[in-house]
Amino acid sequence: MTKRQQRMMAVGALVLGIGAAAALGFTAFQKNMMYFQTPSDLIAGKASAGAKVRLGGLVEKGSVTRGDGLTVKFRMADCTNVVNVRYDGILPDLFREGQGIVATGRLAEDGAFVADEVLAKHDENYMPPDLADSLKTDAGHSCAPFKSAMQSAKQTEQ
Amino acid sequence: MFAELGHFALILALAASLLQVLVPAYGLVTRNGRALGVASSAAQAQFFLMLTAYLCLTYCFIDKDFSVAYVAANSHSALPLMYRISAVWGAHEGSFLLWGLMLSGWTLAVSIFNRRLPQDLAATVLAVLGFISMGFLLFMLITSNPFERIFPVPLEGQDLNPLLQDPGLIIHPPTLYMGYVGLSVAFAFAVAALITGKLDSAWVRWTRPWTTAAWAFLTMGITLGSWWAYNELGWGGWWFWDPVENASFMPWLAATALIHSLAVTEKRGLLKSWTVLLAILCFALSLLGTFLTRSGVIVSVHAFASDPARGVFILSFLALVVGGALTLYAWRAPKLASEGELKLFSREGLLLLNNVFLVTACFGVLLGTLYPLVIDAFGLGKISVGPPYFNAIFFPLMAPLFVLLGLGVFTPWKRGNLRDGLRRLRVPALFALVAAIAMPFALQGKSSLVIAAGVWLALWTLATAPIELIKRIRAKPTFAAGLLSVPSSTWGMTLAHTGLGMWMLGVVCVTGYGIERDVRLGAGQEAELSGFVFGFEGVKESKGPNFVSDLGTVVVERNGSAISTLEPEKRLYPSQGSVMTETGVDVGPFRDLYVALGEPIDKANIGGDWSLRLYYKPMIRFVWLGGVLMFIGGLCSMMDRRYRLARAPATQRSTGHAEVLA
Amino acid sequence: MRFAIPIVLMLGVLALLGFGLTHDPREVPSPLIGKPAPAFALPGLGGTPPQLANADLKGRPVLVNFFASWCAGCRVEHPVLMQLAKEGIEIIGIDYKDTDADGAQWLQRHGNPYRVVAADLQGAAGLDWGVYGVPETYVLAADGTILFKQIGPVTEQVWREKMAPLMAGAKS
Repeated sequence: MTKRQQRMMAVGALVLGIGAAAALGFTAFQKNMMYFQTPSDLIAGKASAGAKVRLGGLVEKGSVTRGDGLTVKFRMADCTNVVNVRYDGILPDLFREGQGIVATGRLAEDGAFVADEVLAKHDENYMPPDLADSLKTDAGHSCAPFKSAMQSAKQTEQ
Repeated sequence: MFAELGHFALILALAASLLQVLVPAYGLVTRNGRALGVASSAAQAQFFLMLTAYLCLTYCFIDKDFSVAYVAANSHSALPLMYRISAVWGAHEGSFLLWGLMLSGWTLAVSIFNRRLPQDLAATVLAVLGFISMGFLLFMLITSNPFERIFPVPLEGQDLNPLLQDPGLIIHPPTLYMGYVGLSVAFAFAVAALITGKLDSAWVRWTRPWTTAAWAFLTMGITLGSWWAYNELGWGGWWFWDPVENASFMPWLAATALIHSLAVTEKRGLLKSWTVLLAILCFALSLLGTFLTRSGVIVSVHAFASDPARGVFILSFLALVVGGALTLYAWRAPKLASEGELKLFSREGLLLLNNVFLVTACFGVLLGTLYPLVIDAFGLGKISVGPPYFNAIFFPLMAPLFVLLGLGVFTPWKRGNLRDGLRRLRVPALFALVAAIAMPFALQGKSSLVIAAGVWLALWTLATAPIELIKRIRAKPTFAAGLLSVPSSTWGMTLAHTGLGMWMLGVVCVTGYGIERDVRLGAGQEAELSGFVFGFEGVKESKGPNFVSDLGTVVVERNGSAISTLEPEKRLYPSQGSVMTETGVDVGPFRDLYVALGEPIDKANIGGDWSLRLYYKPMIRFVWLGGVLMFIGGLCSMMDRRYRLARAPATQRSTGHAEVLA
Repeated sequence: MRFAIPIVLMLGVLALLGFGLTHDPREVPSPLIGKPAPAFALPGLGGTPPQLANADLKGRPVLVNFFASWCAGCRVEHPVLMQLAKEGIEIIGIDYKDTDADGAQWLQRHGNPYRVVAADLQGAAGLDWGVYGVPETYVLAADGTILFKQIGPVTEQVWREKMAPLMAGAKS
């Protein structure tokens, strides 16, 4: 084989490999991308029915109720809206009322959000960055759901 | 006092790194041998200064000196000594210091072991390493000084993140950093080859042990990280495709490609410019990983506290170093002509394919990691790419790689005979096929096409891995003579490939047959999982040095006989107000039983019902055993005698740099 | 030529990362800047008069500060506001999504920098003003147009560099 041929072959193999990977990648993307949304996004209907999304918000104070087995219901809020969430499973260590969490799941027909995974971040501020962004808030600037969080903090202090 | 000393040592180290860059550069231009020689002394001085700085910070931790901001933020008076020492690298600033120390350590090793290298090559390598070191030191001094004092001095520290208070985490970061930093040596050699314009098999023999060592440490670091995540996070998983994990996995994929392409370059003088490019890519990816974890651009479970200023610095440094190297590459690489031809069906041809698959997989992972960033940058929303994406892209690319591996160890260099190869490979292929169909049924009573395919790939790899070893032993008249004649690089290769097969076997079994159940149990209640009966005996309170815990007791029985008593824990670290899950695991060679406490259903009553996670994890140990074997294999290869013999006469100087200057 | 491909690819990735780094989704320009303050009428804190409405804000530049007793950032900016009040700057306080009692108690404990404190207990006025969290502070010109909005605590630096020049300019 000449130099030229061997070079062509190497390039060909590379192109083939990258092409296959790209094809694999894009089909995989189609199926496995999850949009991050806030309760307001969800209520505004930004999620298509049945699509999997990541919902970020604050767990409203006093909203957590337990059912049979491991089922649990609570409300998640952003600065303006509130969504009911149902979950059947074990909540993470950092799950607390008034805390920022991210839940993965789907919007059910009755308007509640059915989570199959609940994440609370291990972070000094207990706030995943994308959640903080979506709430457009940080430690120095807080919106209404923080009211319940702050009050619960005050109570534990006393 | 010690903090100031450490800070001062860092500043001096920066000065030493400057010398390490500038004087050899001057020496290269003027061909002044004495100036070139300064590189070694500067590297040694720098190492001792870094060591001083590191020991100073360690002393501040042992001494509980909370007037140092970093100590106050990451230590506590009740923290056990072991964790006070490991807390040095528990957060951003200190881990960078450790990184810097390791970089200077590798540089020191290069300056010691490479005395016989052509002087200009050795000096160039050291100068490049010095430049990298300079960047890291500047970064530390400008944006993340670990020795900064705070006033007023807090009475108590904020404690080390409880996630990091685990033996696995004591050794995981240093091992991983050894790997990351080791890749900078490969990078320095590549840049030196571009500058001196000389890339021959001697160069490869000097480069290979360093690269293999870096790869081995990277492998071990990732394995330890996976083991830690399994024990400490309480999700029963060993890999999450988290951006930070990907940050270490991408350089690993590239480095794996690199150690294979180096073999081709050494044996056949081919793929020279590709090898150099890979070396640059490895280092670029390890810098990129640093950038991703520390700038806050990407959301992850274990991202460091983010600071845009740090991101800007790392990004600029990345642009400067890698951009410079790639520009040099664009200019100089055409001169690195390969000698000889490449046949597709030969070992080098198959190794080229191996590189294609590895690099493609690496880009697939990169794409998945960066894609959320792209979408965000164009204002199209915030998305995340989950593990299914990575699995969908990774495993289809790995499957042909495993097939090729078996073919590759069988095929001679230069020219293989496809028909002959296939004929001789019939036996291992058939053996693997039969076993792949029979084994899952025998062990688990059920199987599927995917599982059979996975087991086949694993067994195929295991069956073909020792072929080279056997061939070499057979070539000698007696078994003992044969065994002695096997070079350690062959042992290394065999071990590493066996490790890969083990890993695959573990992955297939644990994903195919692993069972998990979340249950709600009260004291005295039981749950059944795959024939094992988990009896929950309730939770009692207990106390550790710096935490209080709810200690659960779970007795596991099978067919009425007790197998083990597990004690999963829920720890509360009051100093940080954070809760940690300590899992209870019964380790067996072929299966793990894993219990994690969820939470009391009624928070006020820990004597009541609890939620628990129960897992049955078949063959999970094989996943890490595979990693460990690859690590040992890497170390064996590195020790090969031919690397030690590959010394150039002390007086010889490579002639290449004259061309550059001309 | 093909040896230059890697550097081109790398520049692309770098540009992307650089963009990701500089892109701060938190910086949302307020649509109300340059427009008249929205119409509102609020009772005083504690249900007492005086009522507060748009007309009360006209005739001189003022600061309008949304705060709440449950808000951590408000405590951070409080000393700055107290200092400004001492210097004679007129600040109107609006207690946002709070209770009368909590708000009054908070002001008692930390001091009251406001000339008037109105109560927006349901957050209705806040919604019109585009408040999505507290503290937020608006600089109003003499004719009642919004000149500037500070999201998060007012610091001395923000006051010196951004708000003070606007207040001075609005006076003349």
